[in-house]
Amino acid sequence: MTDTGIGASVKRVEDARFLTGRGSYTDDLEQPNQTYAYILRSPHAHAAITKLDVSAAKAAPGVVAVFTGEDMQVGSIPCGWQVNSKDGEPMKEPEHPPLAKGKVRYVGDQIAVVIAESLAEAKAAAEAIEVDYDIQPAVVDMNKALAGGTLVHDDAPNNLCYDWEIGDAAEVDAAFANAHHISKIDIVNNRVVPNAMEPRAAVGAYDKASGEYTLYTTSQNPHVIRLLMGAFVLQIPEHKLRVVAPDVGGGFGSKIYHYAEEAIVTWAAPKVGRPVKWTAERTESFLTDAHGRDHITHAELALDENGKFLGLKVDTIANMGGYLSTFAPCVPTYLYATLLAGVYTTPLIHANVRAVFTNTTPVDAYRGAGRPEAAYLLERLVDRAAREMGIAQDEIRKRNFIPSDAFPYQTPVALQYDSGDYMATLEKAQGMADVAGFPARKAASEAKGKLRGLGYSTYVEACGIAPSAVVGSLGARAGLFESANVRVNPTGSVTVFTGSHSHGQGHETTFAQLVSDTLGLPLDQIEISHGDTNKVAFGMGTYGSRSLAVGGEALMKAMNKVIDKSKKIAAHVLEAAEADIEFKDGKFTVSGTDKEMAFGEVALTAYVPHNFPHETLEPGLEEQAFYDPMNFTYPGGCHIVEVEIDPDTGVTTIEKVSACDDVGRVINPMIVAGQTHGGLAQGIGQAMLEGCVYDDDGQLITGSYMDYTMPRADDLPSFDTDTAVTLCAHNSLGVKGVGETGAIGSPPAVINAIVDALSGLGVTDMTMPATPEKVWQAIQDAKMPMAAE
Amino acid sequence: MYDFNYYKPGSLADAASALAGAEDGKIVAGGMTLIPTMKQRLAQPSDLIDLAAVGDLKGISSDGSSVTIGAMTTHAEVAGSSDVQLVIPALAAVAEGIGDPQVRNCGTIGGSVANNDPAADYPAACLALNATIVTNKGEYSADDFFTGMFDTALDEDEILTAVKFPKPDKAAYMKFPNPASRYAMVGVCVAQTGGAARVAVTGAGQDGVFRASEMEAALASNFAPEALDGISVSADDLNSDIHASAEYRAHLIGVMAKRAVAAA
Repeated sequence: MTDTGIGASVKRVEDARFLTGRGSYTDDLEQPNQTYAYILRSPHAHAAITKLDVSAAKAAPGVVAVFTGEDMQVGSIPCGWQVNSKDGEPMKEPEHPPLAKGKVRYVGDQIAVVIAESLAEAKAAAEAIEVDYDIQPAVVDMNKALAGGTLVHDDAPNNLCYDWEIGDAAEVDAAFANAHHISKIDIVNNRVVPNAMEPRAAVGAYDKASGEYTLYTTSQNPHVIRLLMGAFVLQIPEHKLRVVAPDVGGGFGSKIYHYAEEAIVTWAAPKVGRPVKWTAERTESFLTDAHGRDHITHAELALDENGKFLGLKVDTIANMGGYLSTFAPCVPTYLYATLLAGVYTTPLIHANVRAVFTNTTPVDAYRGAGRPEAAYLLERLVDRAAREMGIAQDEIRKRNFIPSDAFPYQTPVALQYDSGDYMATLEKAQGMADVAGFPARKAASEAKGKLRGLGYSTYVEACGIAPSAVVGSLGARAGLFESANVRVNPTGSVTVFTGSHSHGQGHETTFAQLVSDTLGLPLDQIEISHGDTNKVAFGMGTYGSRSLAVGGEALMKAMNKVIDKSKKIAAHVLEAAEADIEFKDGKFTVSGTDKEMAFGEVALTAYVPHNFPHETLEPGLEEQAFYDPMNFTYPGGCHIVEVEIDPDTGVTTIEKVSACDDVGRVINPMIVAGQTHGGLAQGIGQAMLEGCVYDDDGQLITGSYMDYTMPRADDLPSFDTDTAVTLCAHNSLGVKGVGETGAIGSPPAVINAIVDALSGLGVTDMTMPATPEKVWQAIQDAKMPMAAE
Repeated sequence: MYDFNYYKPGSLADAASALAGAEDGKIVAGGMTLIPTMKQRLAQPSDLIDLAAVGDLKGISSDGSSVTIGAMTTHAEVAGSSDVQLVIPALAAVAEGIGDPQVRNCGTIGGSVANNDPAADYPAACLALNATIVTNKGEYSADDFFTGMFDTALDEDEILTAVKFPKPDKAAYMKFPNPASRYAMVGVCVAQTGGAARVAVTGAGQDGVFRASEMEAALASNFAPEALDGISVSADDLNSDIHASAEYRAHLIGVMAKRAVAAA
């Protein structure tokens, strides 16, 4: 329809602002007369606070106020999702005060806040706070935590948050009894630190005249923060609390959650009578941004003599950290175990998940959230089964794929996939990867003393989170719809208010493309507004690749309402029946005639309604819609990774990444490629580089970029990405989501490729991150005589 | 960062007296390690004496058989110097591989050598190339200068002014970077001069940079990678951390040494 519509690789309209330093992030916002907050954090993972004396800090130069947990008597930071144990008991949900009350539970836990005229003075004063700690043993290892002894929370025996299951264990056992072959695997899904480029920040302000609080914060979902903080922690009614999430520099999940600092600065603002600003230093980001992944799993796959999957048994322990973060309980359950069918027809699945408290940073959703853990487990296990049974990697997958004509497909673990064609993405990826040429490339590597391997991953995920009715029945304490408001201005330009939030995704471009395509407007006549609870009616925000599939659909719904209203106006002006009005190419025409009105003329008429029949036609042109999806969406695809290993050093070089994803209809191919690239970098980062390490005392060893390996450009090859689309069957756009595919599909492909490269030496396993030392050590161990066997 | 006094003297003599007069003075020679440490409040010097305005300390001179580099010469200047590239190309390569462009344009050879970070590159180059460390009080051979992790022969009020490198017949440096920090996890610099060979290892030793004498003996008689076959460095005195065990570092020393010899 327009060259800026659906399917066009429009350059991102927001990038001019970002690339020229004109973005407006929370820390850029200067409030008149603002103060600066510095938070004293626990240096110990587990300790009772036996003395806390802030008197010297209060007297220090420039200090406005110092507050402790005793001063801040407010509600507990709430958890947004309740998971029940298999015996029906609700999960353990310990109190989570914004400032610690008598006990600290991880390194970085908040103890006191110093508010001063400058950040330097606040920091200096914090050093004058006297704290005595009764240091207790730290609970770090999940298995030891479950053995009891030291408790992170006294009201959570054996540090168990919940013990949950899905599927029928007895039926699965019966399938195993008839198996021709059983493959077993032990998996650690390594903990990662999100590392958004912009550290978290929060500014609290209070207007005495109106009684309104304002919180500026680095959030992926400002309305959710307003609800959680306003209703549960600070008891501020929503009409007196404005939450603004302006430009946000990356989230990856870590900026979904309600954090203590948001409550602290909002609560403190009226106490000190001035705005209070807090911005995390990078070390604080490492210590306090909710971490991702951190599962330990044992799984077994039963196969028949043809390599068909008969059943899957999974036993997972998931780390919750020191407190329950906002969505933590649902990640290893409803976003993980429900994906254990993967792209396969496995008829029987049982999974048991125990969530555990430890004296570590809280763990929550991180790009992919549960689905990468499921895909990693399955794809490693399928790879192993293929090797054990002597079936080719693509062949075992093809034998077990859900066929493309079997949709809608009901899995044994609750989800119903609406569409997909796993054979198509596999075959296209194989072509991209030149799998046929691999033996020659392997021989060439071997000729120069190198090892070469090829690894597959075929995955599906659940996005577009999510149908409110479904998630409500699974324990979500929120609905997961989305809202959109389309305001047609009198001169025909359009302002869209969306509840989705962009923190790198490019909504200002893709959402505008939807408008351009639907209403026939050029992009410069369209403004996408988001991130302010005083502008946007409501919003559940952006995570779980939901913006387009839920927020985009809400926008389509609102635009359809605008078109309907416009037809009424055009019918009135053109003196025709409403049913005879057609809208096409930005014009309303009376069918079969040459009578027409441009969109802009209709807009102007709507606001200059000199002769409207007011009984049947209201002035104005602005429509609001809420959209609640029918189902999750199910992106999927195939990633093929090729590696070369230097056996002298263990250095693994990623030679080729071929990712063919089915993300549903593509609105902007360039942005889809960009999202895939970013996801691949994070997935490969987890597989090869990133590993969060705590010592036995609960100290974060990888607390800076000196020790935590972030992927750099030279760690990665050029990516070969493409799509093979099947449309989502239950939304009008046919879109599925792309935000997480790269991070979900790539880790198992990387590790499978490394195992493939080393398989000639007899190596069968590799853990993430596959560092040079681990690869080298695996080679050394394989060379040792098999004395122990 | 804590408060401190800042001086920017215009001469070496003024710098020396400012250092001598300070309670806990620190020289700033680029500040690539010191400033981040101060920002993290891990260092609290009373006085900073910035050598940036001491013009005599900057620059590279060569007489064809050696190169002398002023202490305040940046890594980028060393890497880009036609004199260094001509006389000791391995040294230019070492400088080219330090940190990132920002570090290479601020950090200096004097700052790096005086700091003697156990994972820095220059100490290995100094030791393998048998450099002479020149100060405002005298001279040290590299063998005498590096006395342990973050420790040198410098007196508290002594200022490093230049490093003098004799031209080797052959030299090369091979670094295995720490995947996170990109500092040397193991870096090996080898040099052959006349009949002698020197092998210096950084990033691996518990006491900082050291010479691998068994390798040197083997290379003295045959400066070829295969001369190092069968020679292993003991893991006993090597670092072990989350990135590499002592055993892995010991192994990498052998691999990097061979590759350095091959590249020399």
